[in-house]
Amino acid sequence: MNGGPTSTQPSASSIAIDVKGLTKSFSGREVVHDLSMQVKRGSIYGFLGPNGSGKTTTIRILCGLLTPDSGEGTCLGYDIRRDADKIKRKVGYMTQRFSLYQDLSVRENLEFVARLYGMPDARGAAADMIARIGLKGREEQLAANLSGGWKQRLALGACTLPNPQLLLLDEPTAGVDPKARRDFWNEIHALAAEGLTVLVSTHYMDEAERCHEIAYIAYGHLLAHGTVDEVIAASALSTWTVTGEDFNGLMADLTDKPGVDMVAPFGTSLHVSGRNKAALETAIASYRDNPKWRWQPSEPSLEDVFIDLMGRSKDNFRK
Amino acid sequence: MSATDTIRNGEEREPAFGFWRRSYAMLVKEFIQLRRDRVSFAMIIMLPVLQLTLFGYAINTTPRNLPTAVLTQEDTDLGRSILKAMENTSYFHFTREVHTVAEFNELLQSGKVLFGVEIPRGFERAVRRGDRPALLVAADATDPVASGTALAALGPLVQTALAHDLHIGDPPDMPFEIRAHARYNPAAESRLNIVPGLVGTILTMTMLIFTALSVTREIERGTMESLLSMPIKPIEVMFGKIIPYVMVGFIQAGLIISIGVLLFGVPVLGSLTLLGLLTTLFITTNLSIGYTFSTIVQNQLQAMQLSMMFFLPSILLSGFMFPFAGMPVWAQYIGEVLPLTHFIRIVRAIMLKGAAMPNLQYDTIALAALMLFAMTVAVTRFRRTLD
Repeated sequence: MNGGPTSTQPSASSIAIDVKGLTKSFSGREVVHDLSMQVKRGSIYGFLGPNGSGKTTTIRILCGLLTPDSGEGTCLGYDIRRDADKIKRKVGYMTQRFSLYQDLSVRENLEFVARLYGMPDARGAAADMIARIGLKGREEQLAANLSGGWKQRLALGACTLPNPQLLLLDEPTAGVDPKARRDFWNEIHALAAEGLTVLVSTHYMDEAERCHEIAYIAYGHLLAHGTVDEVIAASALSTWTVTGEDFNGLMADLTDKPGVDMVAPFGTSLHVSGRNKAALETAIASYRDNPKWRWQPSEPSLEDVFIDLMGRSKDNFRK
Repeated sequence: MSATDTIRNGEEREPAFGFWRRSYAMLVKEFIQLRRDRVSFAMIIMLPVLQLTLFGYAINTTPRNLPTAVLTQEDTDLGRSILKAMENTSYFHFTREVHTVAEFNELLQSGKVLFGVEIPRGFERAVRRGDRPALLVAADATDPVASGTALAALGPLVQTALAHDLHIGDPPDMPFEIRAHARYNPAAESRLNIVPGLVGTILTMTMLIFTALSVTREIERGTMESLLSMPIKPIEVMFGKIIPYVMVGFIQAGLIISIGVLLFGVPVLGSLTLLGLLTTLFITTNLSIGYTFSTIVQNQLQAMQLSMMFFLPSILLSGFMFPFAGMPVWAQYIGEVLPLTHFIRIVRAIMLKGAAMPNLQYDTIALAALMLFAMTVAVTRFRRTLD
């Protein structure tokens, strides 16, 4: 139809993913609604949203595992509807659930992938990757016997093995310890520095802040996107941070006050946020003089913004 | 101390009839799961009803109307009367008439007929002269069940019919002799028939299961998602999954045939190479069908059920357990679409009758056609997306 993007040299374009109006339903329930997004080449794009928000479905549409009901677009310059085969050659997809062969060893899994992509020296490529992901000495271990962190490294190794141009990572760090998570993100940044585009879905806010750009999706709707700062700015959320003691009464009091949209404890402090700055200040006015607490105007955190977006989307789409 | 307390507390809280409550909980859960799996549920109902009616009507251990060839070297009233009398026994059904011994032998060897009647030249004159000439009835005795009853009935029945028809002498003194010749298995040993049949039956069972679980296993273990995201085509998945088992099946077939020859003394009269080639074809056909099943079903239980649903008619309607020619025509049509039917003809013909390729063309082509059909269905049914 719009043949433009496919006819130009794919690698010449600076956009890796460019989709418009993606919609997908499963047995009458709309999982992705009119979703449009653009991801720049060489960037790390974070995909955030609550469980069941359509992140996995969107990722599967992008790599040709699902056909959208409507909408169109390109992935690495290839049409997502017509060129699924070409996309698969250049995209590495790391599934949410470990989906390599549990009864194959690390080396055998990697050699399988290398052969499947027709790499000339499958053994060599697998050996190089084992070294790169730090699994040397565990080559012959069955994937089933690896711990969560090692499985995740193996899965990342398998999907980067055929030198893809785009990585789609679906909650790659779920259930992985902090050290392994940090190593994982360092690796992702190293890959992006080499020119790879990475689309990664996650629940973790600290991970979102490691992305160049983020998008927030809830109930199939893309609610916000941009850099972290842009998303926070666009939220127009005012936040006060309260420090002190005995928040329990305060929390209960504030939660139902008009003007207060969100109260969330953060360790020894409390975040009180509202969409209307003036209304929020009126609401908290009577508590600000209490010597038990210290009130400070602050920037909303990304988490504040997302929880607020989630609350709002619930109102809008889940009536 | 606190640990013992906890244990004691736990024991105190143990509900009455704990054993039955927990068993009941498990039972309820199983019923719910069974009800959710609609296909399996349907099979539980369909399988016995279908199989019982199918086999109840199809299986016949005293087969009648068996295909018979006639080699006529003279055309006389007496000859025609004898044939008529044979047909009247209802055991024989004359389907072919040939004029040379070569054609006659070919029909028997290829299994197109189970019996052959030869009326020799000068037969009637010899009868009139009182020479008591011989009327040759050759039977394909590879399956003693199929040929046995008919052969046993042959003498007395024909005699009675002829006596009534032609008024040539009373039963005690027949003017000619019926010489029955049980070919290929003169001693009517059933192992000679069963062992080659078992080659096919065992291969059907093992090959079908190997591939019937292959695709569902990938789906149930979650590896399908990775596999589909990689650049592999359905036909490549299929070949990759079938070929290893062709080798496994080949080894298995070699084992069964060796045991048959060494332990049971079953001969291999025909070419071992031809047997190997056609066995490989049969193995591949079964693997393709199993693979097709695995692209249709949703889980491993269904795959097993479907395999059983295919396996049972393969045993009962293929001519392995009961004479193929004795089944009603509709059941024979079902038999024709089962690979085992064709392979049993092939393996019996090669091992017991020394048949060569020209005798086996039809069954070979049928096997190849079934294989291609199954493969085509599998490749088109294979879902390339998770939709």
